[in-house]
Amino acid sequence: MEFAELIKTPRVDGVVLRRPFLPTVEGTLCLTGHHLILSSRQDNTEELWLLHANIDAIEKRFVGSLGTIIVKCKDLRVIQLDIPGMEECLNIASSIEVLSTLDSVSLMYPLFYRPMFQVIEDGWKSFLPEDAFKDLESMTEEWRLSDVNKDYSVCSSYPPLVAVPKDVDDDTLRKAAAFRHGGRFPVLSYYHKKNGMVMMRSGQPLTGTNGRRCKEDEKLINATLRAGKRGYIIDTRTVSVAQQAKARGGGFESEANYPQWRRIHKAIERSSILQESLIKLVEACNDQSHSMDRWLSKLEASNWQTHVKEILTSACLAAQCIDREGASVLVHGTEGTDSTLQVTSLAQIILDPACRTIQGFQALVEREWLQAGHPFQQRCSQSAYSNSKPRCEAPVFLLFLDCVWQILRQFPCSFQFSQHFLVLLFEHTYASQFGTFMGNSASERSKLNLSQKTVSLWSWVNRPQEVERLSNPLYEANCLVIWPSVAPQSLLLWEGVFLRWKRSSRCLDEAYDEMVHIIQYNKELQNKVNNLRRQLAQLETEEPLLQTP
Amino acid sequence: MEHIRTPKVENVRLIDRTAPRKAMVGTLYLSATHTIFVENNPETRRETWVLHSMVASVERPPTTPSGSHLVVHTKNFQVVQLLIPQERDAMDVQASLARLSQKYSELYCLSINPNANKEEREESWSFLDLQADYRRMGVPNNLWVSTPANSEYRVCDTYPSELFVPKSATPPVIVGSSKFRSRGRLPVLTYFHQDTLAAICRCSQPLSGFSARSQEDEQMLEAIMKSNPGSDYIYVVDTRPKLNAMANRAAGKGYENEDHYANIKLQFIGIENIHVMRNSQQKISWLVNLKTPSMGDFLWGLESSGWLKHIKAVLDAGVFIAKAVAEEGISVVVHCSDGWDRTAQACSVASVLLEPYYRTMKGLMLLIERDWVSFGHKFSHRYNHLEGDPKEVSPVIDQFLECVWQLSEQFPCAFEFNERFLVQLHRHVYSCQYGNFLGNSQKERRDMGLRERTHSLWPQLWKDRAQYANPLYRADHTQTQGMLRPNTTPYCFKMWKGMYNRMEKSSPPRQTPTDLLTAVREETQQLEEELTNHQEVAPGGTAQPGTKQGIQTRSRNAPNERCSLRPIYKFINISL
Repeated sequence: MEFAELIKTPRVDGVVLRRPFLPTVEGTLCLTGHHLILSSRQDNTEELWLLHANIDAIEKRFVGSLGTIIVKCKDLRVIQLDIPGMEECLNIASSIEVLSTLDSVSLMYPLFYRPMFQVIEDGWKSFLPEDAFKDLESMTEEWRLSDVNKDYSVCSSYPPLVAVPKDVDDDTLRKAAAFRHGGRFPVLSYYHKKNGMVMMRSGQPLTGTNGRRCKEDEKLINATLRAGKRGYIIDTRTVSVAQQAKARGGGFESEANYPQWRRIHKAIERSSILQESLIKLVEACNDQSHSMDRWLSKLEASNWQTHVKEILTSACLAAQCIDREGASVLVHGTEGTDSTLQVTSLAQIILDPACRTIQGFQALVEREWLQAGHPFQQRCSQSAYSNSKPRCEAPVFLLFLDCVWQILRQFPCSFQFSQHFLVLLFEHTYASQFGTFMGNSASERSKLNLSQKTVSLWSWVNRPQEVERLSNPLYEANCLVIWPSVAPQSLLLWEGVFLRWKRSSRCLDEAYDEMVHIIQYNKELQNKVNNLRRQLAQLETEEPLLQTP
Repeated sequence: MEHIRTPKVENVRLIDRTAPRKAMVGTLYLSATHTIFVENNPETRRETWVLHSMVASVERPPTTPSGSHLVVHTKNFQVVQLLIPQERDAMDVQASLARLSQKYSELYCLSINPNANKEEREESWSFLDLQADYRRMGVPNNLWVSTPANSEYRVCDTYPSELFVPKSATPPVIVGSSKFRSRGRLPVLTYFHQDTLAAICRCSQPLSGFSARSQEDEQMLEAIMKSNPGSDYIYVVDTRPKLNAMANRAAGKGYENEDHYANIKLQFIGIENIHVMRNSQQKISWLVNLKTPSMGDFLWGLESSGWLKHIKAVLDAGVFIAKAVAEEGISVVVHCSDGWDRTAQACSVASVLLEPYYRTMKGLMLLIERDWVSFGHKFSHRYNHLEGDPKEVSPVIDQFLECVWQLSEQFPCAFEFNERFLVQLHRHVYSCQYGNFLGNSQKERRDMGLRERTHSLWPQLWKDRAQYANPLYRADHTQTQGMLRPNTTPYCFKMWKGMYNRMEKSSPPRQTPTDLLTAVREETQQLEEELTNHQEVAPGGTAQPGTKQGIQTRSRNAPNERCSLRPIYKFINISL
């Protein structure tokens, strides 16, 4: 299929663009295979380059022969195009509709994108499992890297290499995999250096209604316990949801078969409910009524903040078990690809200072989300405005980012990155020129040969100028475990995403610049003073006479 | 001292509500002014002080086997929970505190430093000069003049003795207008905008009923309009909901009839009355004291309290007035019922929006001194300084301070002071530690002789200004210039955690950018000094012994130990 067939009118003159906080621009609208472009053809006016993939929904309106297309983007921005000529407008609208909902992976923009910047370090090679394992090896000898999944046959959503207890052989792993949802047998997620405790994650056990058991699965997870110590299983579902799962062949670990484990149920909602929550939240933010009661009741009814609180609470619990109780933890929900990953990755943000650096956070996203098989493509194919019936869409990763933002806001000096980094990741999960978030698992990405055919987001992020832009000026490395408050009054609406296009952030940006300025000036002075100190010290050694006046 | 039945109780536990198991054991003392808890642990000996006048209530839940609990709620939303071994002692402490917190004779401001030097005290009262602030605004001038009408508080005993009125307002007009206004609170100037020559005037409601009118009062409003050359109308802002204003007509009060007053545009804003506000704040403070509320409970409670809606209404009133004055160049007359609560809020918020000076520490002090203290805001009644009518109590100035805080969240570089300054102001409005906020009017304060018997808060705050400074403030920043135009869409308002939820503990201790930046700026200043020292020395290459010494001491603070300079993690005794 050629894109040209889909574009009936590639160019319209005299189109007026209206968008938040920027002056209206009049210019020429062009449609290409992947972009909607508006150019005023004047040097100093900003152009609009919008990826079709970023378009969530459009609306058309006509007044006489003047058509208007309202474009609602996945990053929650809403822009308006006034197009003279009814036919042009209809053509443009129908092209956008088709181009923004192309299903074929082979037509996706990352496969066509050629970087305009020099790739210093190939992001596809930045966070390989074998490198991550080297760090682990330096801390403990109790774990090994298994290639039991090297052809993705044991678990289609796992990477080829996973870390498992040293004493457990691949055969046991295969059998345990058969007992876990999607073949997701328990694997290492995090090793807590301070006390040697670990966090593992998996899919639900397939106990079914008649209480099947699997000796190999029991052996596998018991191998992570110290003698005489109990571990915790955190099931991200409520007891009743977990019970219901039995009827569909799933279930949870019974006390009888897992006597060394204490099971705790939390209540993180499933993806369809989260998607609905996002839609309601965005609608609340767009409410024009200016009534405080209405805003607060819509905010409450969206339940978004409830989800944030629930996820953070579960993550704190996992972190507490490991750090405070000195116990190992296994986390799972149903599939083990959504709420499970929210909990394991946030617990690591709390426990491990390395995850709060720019590189470390990328490694965390790579390890706990991309390699761990979060189905990004399914979850992020639609956002809050889409009219089409949701299939597997859900803001699971966005909720994770929101939770990170909450912790970042509570501990503004403990993160090397600013919220810009989180917003950037949010944008790129929904529409991107980079291949990083394409596909639903390592296996899919490898089949598409993305590491050869596309550029990695990390290649872009890790250039010095981008690192600089994403850095948090207040950062001071600390090696502490940070315990966020999950009290409702401590959790705020993430303005940087949800109000980003609603209220001007000019004054807040100015404050940020001022902060950067204060800190930079301080550093400059330190350098100057240090130089002078050194010179002075030299003078003193050269002229010892001066020391005894 | 006859109120203190038990001056000292041993083996008391101070319970941390967030971590009940981590109680501190110590001794409780009752002094004439404070309840003091001293921890037994000889290493830390943490002290917790609660000023008697800050005590809002003392609850004693049923006695448990381990002893009697006392829950002390302070007027600034803090909670101290004590466990006293003997029920008898607990009852005594409760009874003593109930008396002590209400006793005028023991008010802290009257007992603090009674022997301090007289000049010092007098100087403290001359720290702020209201007349100088009017001069800064350009008043008096050829449009607005000072009138002696209220000397000895003859026309209005709740107004200041010095008033500014339109030049064309004759004494009969002033007196006549005053007679037609509730409690004699006639329209007078509170703020003059030099660029547009528009003014903000304030008064109480007219005694119009259904048909009454006063020629003098109509002339007064006409004179106000004429004092703004080039404008052909004024706004009369009635800050009440229209329904309330109409209800007042039955009582012979009400609002201006647009048929009788030529050239006015009447505008209702809809700020609720003191009773609604009191209930609303009670709900907020109940909300933050919930043990483990769900997000739904919290948001529902926030909505049903109505608190943020009220804050928005006050801010909207200020925005309306500020826009009229600065953008349209139209003068505004503001009133509510008596003109000392909502009117004070609306006028002072408008001033903060209009005038960069009122966003500085000294400016805010002057603004409070003018719109609240001098114009007879009833501090003693509203903040329950003495046992009074509970129906008179209402968090009116709390709402003004919160509006300023909400603004500072939207304009982080625009204010010279930080959140702590506002919290401290709030505390002192309630504490009676200084004489500023005692009594209900200038006349009452004069009659009580407070200037002779107490100290003023302002120089004390000024002395400690380093800890109240906003590190992001720069006098030449764009946000500092001109008028503030806040966004008052509902989602721009947040619950003021720093006020209502201050006690929350955090591990590691909460990091605040404000403290950090303040520390960085302090260090920068030290570095600048050192740099100047070095540069004086460096060119000649000969260091003088004195300078060298200075450098050696400082160089212990090597840059990679920057933390060591920062006082943020240091937690000393909590004083409530």
